[in-house]
Amino acid sequence: MKHSHYDAIIIGAGMSGLAAGIRLAHFGRKVCILERHNAPGGLNSFYSFAGRKYDVGLHAMTNYVPPGVKGTPLGKLLRQLRIERDEFALCPQKQSRIAFGPRGERTLRFTNDFAVLDAEVAAKFPTQTDGWRKLVELVRTYDDVSLDAQPVSAREVVGRHLTDPLLIDMIFCPVMYYGSAQERDMEFGQFVIMFKALFLEGFARPLDGVRVIIRVLLDKYRSAGGERRMQCGVTRIIEEQGRAARLVLDDGTELTADHVISSIGVAETLALCRSGFTPDTPGINPDLHNIGQLSFIETITVFNRQPAEWGWGEDTIVFFNDSDRFDYARARGQVDVRSGVICLPNNFAYGDGRLPEGIFRVTCLANYDLWARLPEEQYQADKKRWFAEATRSARRFLPPVDDAVLAQAQLATDMFTPRTIKKFTGHFNGAIYGAPRKIRNGRTHLSNLYLCGTDQGFLGIVGAMLSGISMANYHVLQGSGRG
Amino acid sequence: MTKDDCKKLVIDIISDIAPDEDLSAIKPDIRLRDQLQLDSMDFLDIVMELRKRHGIEVPETDYGQLASLESCAEYLTPKFVQKS
Repeated sequence: MKHSHYDAIIIGAGMSGLAAGIRLAHFGRKVCILERHNAPGGLNSFYSFAGRKYDVGLHAMTNYVPPGVKGTPLGKLLRQLRIERDEFALCPQKQSRIAFGPRGERTLRFTNDFAVLDAEVAAKFPTQTDGWRKLVELVRTYDDVSLDAQPVSAREVVGRHLTDPLLIDMIFCPVMYYGSAQERDMEFGQFVIMFKALFLEGFARPLDGVRVIIRVLLDKYRSAGGERRMQCGVTRIIEEQGRAARLVLDDGTELTADHVISSIGVAETLALCRSGFTPDTPGINPDLHNIGQLSFIETITVFNRQPAEWGWGEDTIVFFNDSDRFDYARARGQVDVRSGVICLPNNFAYGDGRLPEGIFRVTCLANYDLWARLPEEQYQADKKRWFAEATRSARRFLPPVDDAVLAQAQLATDMFTPRTIKKFTGHFNGAIYGAPRKIRNGRTHLSNLYLCGTDQGFLGIVGAMLSGISMANYHVLQGSGRG
Repeated sequence: MTKDDCKKLVIDIISDIAPDEDLSAIKPDIRLRDQLQLDSMDFLDIVMELRKRHGIEVPETDYGQLASLESCAEYLTPKFVQKS
């Protein structure tokens, strides 16, 4: 028979929840992870469809550093979770590009060697070089993991160092696309986390994708003695005397725990706390209005050719924008195809291995409300239409290939919309990056309920795992928790 | 339990926490932090592994005693002796 009382319960088997679980189980806590979905991974998961394996969410793992580089988030997380570096089987990217202008005529190339981007900026924006270097120095020395930092506008800080709006937009584009929950600006600490993760560190991927990382985490968790219940969502958190006293599961079962760590988002967690609360109820709790507005669509096209055959063999990730200014905001229409991200997972340095098929992914900003309530037939038709629009827009930033050639090589397609994100992650508004205002110390109005993951605010999958680790350490293992 | 035994147990713990560090030439009387790349998270783990593996409690006020291998041995050996 399963226990109904735990030292700690973790809501959500994503990267942060699994990492928190490993820490707690390793140090002998009786811990259970509850996951509503039938697959682990959360925002970064994988699925099979028509006999093919797909990754969803993750384009590349950020924060990659080569072996021997210490003191960065990747090294910290490997140590904290007792994972050998080789277990993640990370293969570094080839190169990535930021491409602006109607045909991508203004570009900045970057690789896992920061000197490449630095030289690109110096060559293409010579008047900005001094400010750029000062900004980089500030980023390098900024304490971005402080749990009590005051929010500062990144636009404001970057604007003190750089004056060319094109360069500013080009730097913000990847940083925002890979983690900003806020429209048009972001908190400077968040900017620093992403700048380091993308530019000072870099991109990598296991040949078999995100499932490799999830499998390592699951194995660690299991062997440390952690319990996991799948298809087991929490429907309510019952409060008593300022504590999360009981958790009610979807099937009506009740569980109790000394500590509860929730990775499902701040508003999503608070909505569980008292019955009758919905995210639309105005004025009751400001945290319920701390809800992200930014959602995305992503297209995946599978080809029977390697992208390199079309001259698409160099770029791992391309961040593109065709307009005068880069507008990172909720799409006014269903999808905003003016900017986006291309990912070619074939283009990592896999050594002797290679992906058997060509994969071309395109991500663009989208509007949740305009997708949420469509009748099924309309929904399918709109998916098809925007699939074509998004891929057409993205292809402007790659070497040209004839439509007929691509069509002939195409084996399969798939696509997610804001509606898919809401369905599988539970995030209100299909907001992948969660709430605009992060809760760095993870505290909630209940003394033994803490947040980890996206809404705690360490970004990227390495950030997510460090978030789970930090919250487990800070609130449970170090005993500073008030529970 | 001698001080040398104790040092060995501490090194075992560090090698599990930080397998990417070279521990073959640690100087016992120099601060661990000055010869290895260990941060506060790592030191917390040394304390927690001592508790998990050997049932030894190190209160937060005594964390400073774990600065070098020599001071670890000085501080921990009596605790190990008391245990056995």
